[in-house]
Amino acid sequence: MAWRRLRMTYLGIVLAFLYAPIIVLIVYSFNAAETRAVWGGWSLKWYAELFHNKSIMDALSVTVSVAALATLASLALGTLAAIGMHSMRGGLSQVFVQVTNLPMMTPDIVTGISLMVLFIFAKAPRGYGTMLLAHITFDVPYVIFSVLPRLRRMNKHMYEAALDLGATPSTAMRRVIMPEIMPGMVTGALLAFTMSLDDFVISYFTSVRTANLSVLIYSMTRRKVPPTVNALSAIMFVTVLTLLLIQNLREARAGKSKPKGAGSQ
Amino acid sequence: MKRSSFAAPYGLWMLVFTIVPIFIIVYYAFTINGAVTLDNFRMFLEPEFVGILTFSLWLAFLCTLLCLLFGYPCALFLAGRDMRRATLFVVLFVIPMWMNFLLRTYAWMTLLEDTGLINRFLEWIGIGRKRLMYTENAVLFGLVYNFLPFMIFPIYSVLVRSDRNLEEAAQDLGANAWLVFLRVTLPLSLPGVVSGVSMVFMPAVTTFVVPRLLGGGSFMMFGDLIENQFLTTGDWNFGSALSLIMMGLIFISLGILHRFNPDAESNGAVW
Repeated sequence: MAWRRLRMTYLGIVLAFLYAPIIVLIVYSFNAAETRAVWGGWSLKWYAELFHNKSIMDALSVTVSVAALATLASLALGTLAAIGMHSMRGGLSQVFVQVTNLPMMTPDIVTGISLMVLFIFAKAPRGYGTMLLAHITFDVPYVIFSVLPRLRRMNKHMYEAALDLGATPSTAMRRVIMPEIMPGMVTGALLAFTMSLDDFVISYFTSVRTANLSVLIYSMTRRKVPPTVNALSAIMFVTVLTLLLIQNLREARAGKSKPKGAGSQ
Repeated sequence: MKRSSFAAPYGLWMLVFTIVPIFIIVYYAFTINGAVTLDNFRMFLEPEFVGILTFSLWLAFLCTLLCLLFGYPCALFLAGRDMRRATLFVVLFVIPMWMNFLLRTYAWMTLLEDTGLINRFLEWIGIGRKRLMYTENAVLFGLVYNFLPFMIFPIYSVLVRSDRNLEEAAQDLGANAWLVFLRVTLPLSLPGVVSGVSMVFMPAVTTFVVPRLLGGGSFMMFGDLIENQFLTTGDWNFGSALSLIMMGLIFISLGILHRFNPDAESNGAVW
């Protein structure tokens, strides 16, 4: 029993370490004073100001729209690629797997810089478009590596059976293969979306005109961070918390006990 | 239409956005003003730059070690058989990772700064203010904070999937708890440790954000050096050579780690 308590205490301490800075940010988001050095009483003014701060709101919409578009594009590109790779013969399929591995092993900073150099070479103005292209590039491998295992696990003869029973290849694709790989697609899309939302390094190098949230916050920390950022953190944290809790409650109710976090498979 | 041709758009995409950019970097690394040379790599051998690399490796090593030290027990306890509400705890460990990386690091700045909460607490209990920000330890601290979950989850997911009957069998055969851990649980968890180590070490050695924010730019790491070459100095050739050195380093360390991994089909960066 003492051993059990010791273990729980340890987990509690580590959790406290992980949450301490987040809680501090949330508390400060209600601080009426301009600086963090003094406590000026409780206030909601930073929340009101947040919604009138154009640069933050713009960055927020850039972040979300880039993540959504990049997820959709990489889902299409990656699912097709996985289906194609699955039906390839040994050598070629190996080449594709290695090429897909490459961006996952390459450090972000090298990916960012090499794409930046490419865009400068192509004389493409670095902004929203180039950021989106870069995000699609680093997102696709996550989709492929989530979908490919589902295809490999699938019974090969199901597709053929559908064809024998008179389905056209496209119907067989829609009615047989798609339902099989759907969970992989969902995992891949979730991973891609998360990676995209959180990305700083690659966005930093591939876009100068448009900032996503990470890039904006980075540039703010170089000068002075306005208290509105605290309010933003609090809102983001509560949103994530709610989404994850809802998802877990739904799973618990569905009787599945498998944890599903940011990217657990 | 052959089904393998479904992969053609992706193949083209990767050619343009992954292969070609890498070739451009290789081109720059081996040339100066268009003339083929090894000078960019020779330049790296200067003590100043080698020092930066060693410092980055050392800091990343310390970070990985601390993450393993603190993260392994977490994973072990989370995967414990008598762990109640394990799912809830796992979710609790996941949530901070969903916060924006920059915001999390910025949060530590508010805690560590000279007038921050920690310093005010130290003052209040009579120890007095300490310089916490812009030190080597602040950088290390920020790295551990950001990467700790990346150590916990790979180990946890391996442990949770491992066959518990083995532990029971060892117990039945007379091993005490410590021996069971040492001879059964620990070896079984090694694939998780290997992927955890690679998922912490790699980003730690290449980061330039954490040292920039918490170190205040006074500690140059390898990532900073590369970023400087491209965005400040404008020496693309030297920067490209440095990028190649970094990539080589990563591939070599991944290769070494892979050898230690009894589970050959490790899932790389995806946990």
